[in-house]
Amino acid sequence: MCRLALKTASEPFSPFTVLTAMEAMQEGYDGSGLGLLLRGLEFADYKYDAKDPILSGIAHSEAALARLDHIMDKTGFTLKYDHEFDVKKEMVEATDRFKYILRVYKMPAAWKGLATGEIEQKLMLTRLSLRKDGEAHGDDLTAFSLWPDVATIKEVGWPLGVGEALGLDSGRIKARVCMAQGRQNTNYGINLYACHPFFIQGVATMTNGENTAFVPIKDWLSGRGFPGYIGYQSDSEVFTHILHYVTKQLKLPLETYKHVITPLKNEELANHPQGAFLRGLRDACRRLIIDGPNAVIGTLPDETCLLVMDAKKMRPATVGGKPGEWAIASEMCGVDAMIPDRDRSLDFQPMREHTVIIPPARQELQIWSQFNQLPVPQAA
Amino acid sequence: MVTVQSIASTPSSLTPNDLPWIVEHNEERCTLCGRCAAVCPVGTLRLAYMRKRMPKLVLASSERGSSYKTFVGIRQSTEIGKRCIGCGTCTMVCPNEAIHPVHNDQRDRFRFLDTQKGEPNKRGGRRNAPGPNLLDRIIFDRISMLTDPALDAGRHEFSCNTLLGRVLPPEEYVRRRLAGEWIPPVREIFPFVIGSMSFGALSPNMWLGLLQGVAYCNEVLGIPVVMATGEGGCPPWVLRSPFLKYILLQIASGYFGWDEIIRAIPEMQCDPAAIEIKYGQGAKPGDGGLLMWFKVSKIIARLRGVPEGVDLPSPPVHQTLYSIEESVMKMIQTMSMAWNFRVPVYPKISGSTSAKAVLNNLVRNPYAGALLVDGIDGGTGAAYNISMDATGHPIASNVRECYLDLCAQGKQNEIPIFAAGGVGKNGNVTQNGMALIMLGASGVHMGKYIMQAAAGCLGTEANRCNVCNIGLCPKGITSQNPKLYRRLDPDLVAQRVVDTFMAIRTEVKKIMAPLGRSQSLPIGMSDALGIDDKDVAERLNIRYVC
Repeated sequence: MCRLALKTASEPFSPFTVLTAMEAMQEGYDGSGLGLLLRGLEFADYKYDAKDPILSGIAHSEAALARLDHIMDKTGFTLKYDHEFDVKKEMVEATDRFKYILRVYKMPAAWKGLATGEIEQKLMLTRLSLRKDGEAHGDDLTAFSLWPDVATIKEVGWPLGVGEALGLDSGRIKARVCMAQGRQNTNYGINLYACHPFFIQGVATMTNGENTAFVPIKDWLSGRGFPGYIGYQSDSEVFTHILHYVTKQLKLPLETYKHVITPLKNEELANHPQGAFLRGLRDACRRLIIDGPNAVIGTLPDETCLLVMDAKKMRPATVGGKPGEWAIASEMCGVDAMIPDRDRSLDFQPMREHTVIIPPARQELQIWSQFNQLPVPQAA
Repeated sequence: MVTVQSIASTPSSLTPNDLPWIVEHNEERCTLCGRCAAVCPVGTLRLAYMRKRMPKLVLASSERGSSYKTFVGIRQSTEIGKRCIGCGTCTMVCPNEAIHPVHNDQRDRFRFLDTQKGEPNKRGGRRNAPGPNLLDRIIFDRISMLTDPALDAGRHEFSCNTLLGRVLPPEEYVRRRLAGEWIPPVREIFPFVIGSMSFGALSPNMWLGLLQGVAYCNEVLGIPVVMATGEGGCPPWVLRSPFLKYILLQIASGYFGWDEIIRAIPEMQCDPAAIEIKYGQGAKPGDGGLLMWFKVSKIIARLRGVPEGVDLPSPPVHQTLYSIEESVMKMIQTMSMAWNFRVPVYPKISGSTSAKAVLNNLVRNPYAGALLVDGIDGGTGAAYNISMDATGHPIASNVRECYLDLCAQGKQNEIPIFAAGGVGKNGNVTQNGMALIMLGASGVHMGKYIMQAAAGCLGTEANRCNVCNIGLCPKGITSQNPKLYRRLDPDLVAQRVVDTFMAIRTEVKKIMAPLGRSQSLPIGMSDALGIDDKDVAERLNIRYVC
């Protein structure tokens, strides 16, 4: 089973603190790997400008690294900072890791003047071209994310061990948002791309549980003709893409996500102030209805964090914290480990209709219910 | 050797052994009550006087050596038109269990001679392909045992309904909502639909029973079952009733019954569930509907606007149309307009290698609400044997191809595909239906299964009965003769419809629960399907299991 932990705080913290929370939740997971996604980054040895894109990935050979450099150069990126992890090679299970990539680039000069949407598209296409290049060369190059203020680390091994192996305990990297997941896809052959959190154009999610509606959802997303809707080495990747589709393509508010993946029943919609709109939305997005016990934890580019459950709430998750500092975890002990000095009586376990939103200001939780009125003009 | 003339032998002479069904009659138990002969729908049984020689040894020359005894017994006609059809009505009425038809397992010679007066065999019913069909062999093998607690079919809530009608792409839906533009009508229905059987093909009692059962399913049980009319219109009282919303009105190439329907539009209390435009039928592709004269009773004649007692063959194509593209344009739009774009309109076609082409035309038509593909195993009220047995396309690969084609275009949610043709022909209706749904169908239509389950239709794939065409249905299901259809109690049919749909709903849950699905019907969930045939698995793009 996957164990999930997310911490968001106004003051940057070391991701290692989240790994200790993973350790607290070790009962019940196989600890086969680590996936980390960081936002709101600070580097001890570099003053980072949050507008600059960061490339995260792994070059498995010198040749792969050279090809990566070539692709980035050709696209017009200029390297500003190359984070050298303090790698303890003997602690890493895998033997073919030539270099962990965490590099800050300057956007290509030619992109100046482009609309935000165009730049976002080009960033994604660049990441996809790196991925494709790696796949064409025996998977010797893995690209997890290329986005401003987002760093991703994925590796096989015991989560805390991976953190130590990569020197995350040194405090050289800090972040305001850290998503961590403690498992590789051990159900099938291990593939680094199958490890949560998944990322597309600033949107990231991680999930536990199994999504049994995976194949029809994947088939539908693949048919959108959107270049980023690929991969699907894990059935949970569709949660990220659906969140991306709802917020970026349909441009609907975050609250609508829950209505798409777990729509209300007819009798509930009949009493909903926007029942007609939501019923139509349910029909139009019918192939995106998820199934299975899942807790989905996500983050958006503005550092908004969210937590939603499946419609039967067969996976638990807890959110707790205090103004300026919040934690979400699949187990309550995970929240305890991340923020021990909170008022536990204010912890919240969302029910099937809730979307827990932690806004970027981090002053309070928003608990959105599907029964509430939605702020969308279409439903007016 | 006796002379040739003394043997009644013509090229068409048959003995009971040459017939598909042989009547076994136990003369010792027979009370000669005559009920079997009276009830036999084809008149194959007759009470006959027979003479038997009683030889005795007589030595005196003044006396004759033998005497004769006459007796009365039941005999089976070997006339082609009066052959036993195996329906077993005689067995049902016999007070003494003295008679029953037995299927002739030898290859019957009858079929070589069933072309009297140059007319090939016509019949109703089914394709007569016994044994498990392909759908019966598909299993659901992706059992959710991995990280999930199993769902409980008995306690959890399941959403098993499907959509009928054009569904907009989400971007377009959001745009039109904002702009206040037309959103195509969509119905939420139970995925097992009572397929089109016309008022005319079915008796008034059968129709009433079905409708009562459907109304109960909707209004009491909350199972949104809909039924299709078939060609031939709809009883006028139904058109003006609140039950019309459970009806898919079919328009076919004969346009029978549509005068009544159009006239009733201003008086309708509600809209019909949808309009089905029939271009083809799986059992007899390339043939129009056929209501034989036996069944054109007074009420049918009135409903269809034709004289009584004449054959009503519909043309194979819609006569006003040049092509399916034109049809799509004109008929779908006209029908949509008739109900002010509030009713989904969709075509029904026979399974065919060209189904994909039709589908692709529909995809480009913003008013097309669905596509119903009817495979070769479909049933019919009347058709030529050759059409039923050998013309058409099996449904599984047809639907799969269409679905994958839609997936490639990203349109699988926009045009629902409905599948028909042999669903439940061996009794495994839910398994067959769910297999088709996981291959990509949004729902299935079933005709024969409902007749068998709800009304006790006697037909089987061994060519039992199958005389729906001549109006002599022994159960009163497909007859317009009051003497016959009075045998069928509409209330009991309604009860059986309800039993059937409750059972299907439970079985749907019993399939969905172990697959870990409960939030939506698993349309296109092909990862859950397996079959023990490599070639089929490859063709359908599902898993080979053994």
